[in-house]
Amino acid sequence: MGAVRRSFAPWSDPSATPLIRAENVTKRFGDSVAVDNLSVDIFEREFFCLLGPSGCGKTTLMRMIAGFEEPTAGRITLAGKSLAGVPPYRRPVNMMFQSYALFPHMSVERNIAFGLKQDRLPKGEIAARVEEMLRLVQLEKLAKRSPSQLSGGQRQRVALARALAKRPKVLLLDEPLGALDKKLREETQFELMDIQHELGMTFIVVTHDQEEAMTMADRIAVMDHGRIVQVATPGEIYEQPKTRFIAEFVGDVNILEGHVLGQEQGLWRVRSSGAATPLTIDDPDEVLHENQAVAIAVRPEKMVIQRDPPGPDAVNVLTGEVWDIGYLGDWTVYRVKLGSGAIIRVTRANRSRFVESPIDWDEQVYVTFAPDAAVILAE
Amino acid sequence: MLARSVSKRFASALVPAVPYLWLGLLFLVPFLIVLKISLSDPAVAQPPYRPVFEWGDILGFLSQLDLENFETLIGDDLYLRATLSSVRIAAISTVLLLLVGFPVAYAMARAPARRRPLLVALVILPFWTSFLIRIYAWIAILKPEGLLTQVLTGMGLIGKPLAILNTEAAVYIGIVYAYLPFMVLPLYATLEKMDDTLIEAALDLGCPPWRAFWTITVPLAMPGVVAGSLLCFIPAVGEFVIPDLLGGSETLMIGRQLWSEFFSNRDWPLASAVAILLLILLVVPIVIYRDVEARRLETRS
Repeated sequence: MGAVRRSFAPWSDPSATPLIRAENVTKRFGDSVAVDNLSVDIFEREFFCLLGPSGCGKTTLMRMIAGFEEPTAGRITLAGKSLAGVPPYRRPVNMMFQSYALFPHMSVERNIAFGLKQDRLPKGEIAARVEEMLRLVQLEKLAKRSPSQLSGGQRQRVALARALAKRPKVLLLDEPLGALDKKLREETQFELMDIQHELGMTFIVVTHDQEEAMTMADRIAVMDHGRIVQVATPGEIYEQPKTRFIAEFVGDVNILEGHVLGQEQGLWRVRSSGAATPLTIDDPDEVLHENQAVAIAVRPEKMVIQRDPPGPDAVNVLTGEVWDIGYLGDWTVYRVKLGSGAIIRVTRANRSRFVESPIDWDEQVYVTFAPDAAVILAE
Repeated sequence: MLARSVSKRFASALVPAVPYLWLGLLFLVPFLIVLKISLSDPAVAQPPYRPVFEWGDILGFLSQLDLENFETLIGDDLYLRATLSSVRIAAISTVLLLLVGFPVAYAMARAPARRRPLLVALVILPFWTSFLIRIYAWIAILKPEGLLTQVLTGMGLIGKPLAILNTEAAVYIGIVYAYLPFMVLPLYATLEKMDDTLIEAALDLGCPPWRAFWTITVPLAMPGVVAGSLLCFIPAVGEFVIPDLLGGSETLMIGRQLWSEFFSNRDWPLASAVAILLLILLVVPIVIYRDVEARRLETRS
């Protein structure tokens, strides 16, 4: 399955036609702009995540695809056909609501059958489809229960089964795991991926949880203030964030401010107040000019912390004092206060159970990172 | 010290007893008095019935009580007709109230949240004027040369005066007008609590808006429909003022029968028997409602 997924990248195939295409879509509510001249292509069978802080417009974009809101400007097409003016009950798109929105006066079974009944399918077919859905979400035994008799996780499954029952071309999921506890959330993430793969549907998930987006998505669109700031695979978003907002929103990051000194053998030299010597950064795609203000982003796990001074050939050496230590079991987090006063975060995997004389509080330490561990973000 | 804790315990036992005392003194005791009078015989005396309760001869007192008045009620078909007519008028009024009240409550629940308190205040506003005066006002509106006739003839819609006053139609108008808040408020309370995303979910699953209204909104509003209907139906069955003022002599209702037995005929025992009959009649729907409610709560939990 892994191999199949890896080769799945219709967005990099110029001849592929997108299933959903948003073109210059703007949505205003009175004076405020919820979605701002946004364009994006989403492909068939893709697991697409809209990620961003609350109020970034991700839910509004989803509601426009579902038909609950009409764009103020621009257009959305589904399989080449414009969705303008098509009411939600005529769109081949189904949604799983954040609150689940299960009908409290109907049993689990009737909730799942609701959409099928609207299509006036024959009774036998409805029953068969409901059974299939119950099996898919493993709720066969609870078919006759009412939603109020279910746990949060079970309700989430009913909501999913109800939205899947009509076999929509696109399934929209609004914070699908938001109401579940951590453990259940992790399990359900993988289940959602399996279901999506099994049914070969296009999933669009709205979430504010970057971990959720990273785990499940083929591609993530990071949104901020009504715009998409970057659309890319989880790996690209994490390792090659385009802006400081993305670097800081997705995962933990240390930002070192500095000025460009120049380029030597394809590597950028940057002077930063946090380091005694200029930093060497391997980020050849950036186009920078001398003395430009930049931010250097380094992920905590890509930094190395040590007590002994590194050798004379070492690049990117920061010195500081251990300010805080957090032991997380699998990881230990060190917060190091640099000479400049900035505090950076370094994590170290706890590979062995016992460490002789571990790094302690208030100790003087050296923090290093490789040239290709950092990303330069133009300010 | 001991005295204080005893008085404290007494006080904490008294608090839950308050509602029972209230119900006992103001409902149960009067009910027993009415029940007793209904089992007595009329007399030209003060009070106008016999026997009068005396502590000395309880057995002799009890032996004088009989079911004669209830036999009269059953024997004379006037009371049966009055009862059936009351139930019919109350039922039709309740249906009319639902038809008028549901759209009002629905519109209120859909209004912007900041405007809703004002709308609720407007629904309650008529209570600031005396009920009697408001019903009298309807006489002025409905009478043959009244406001309604004037307006309609002025608009050229009718040629001759309307004969609404002193008909059953006038009673319906009066009841619907007077009882509307009791229908609107419970309906509004349930509709306002309803989650709008349920309708969105129905639309999303391919259900057009009008069908979503019937399959989602109406079933979920049922507790409000039942509460509002009972709040209107029960007092409407025993209504006296509206049929008396607007209904004319033709409109037969049990409340008017009770009034005339009590005041015109000065037959307190028979009037009490009518009151007891009415009470039994009204307890039945309440019991049904409680049963429905209990079953609903059972399925919820």
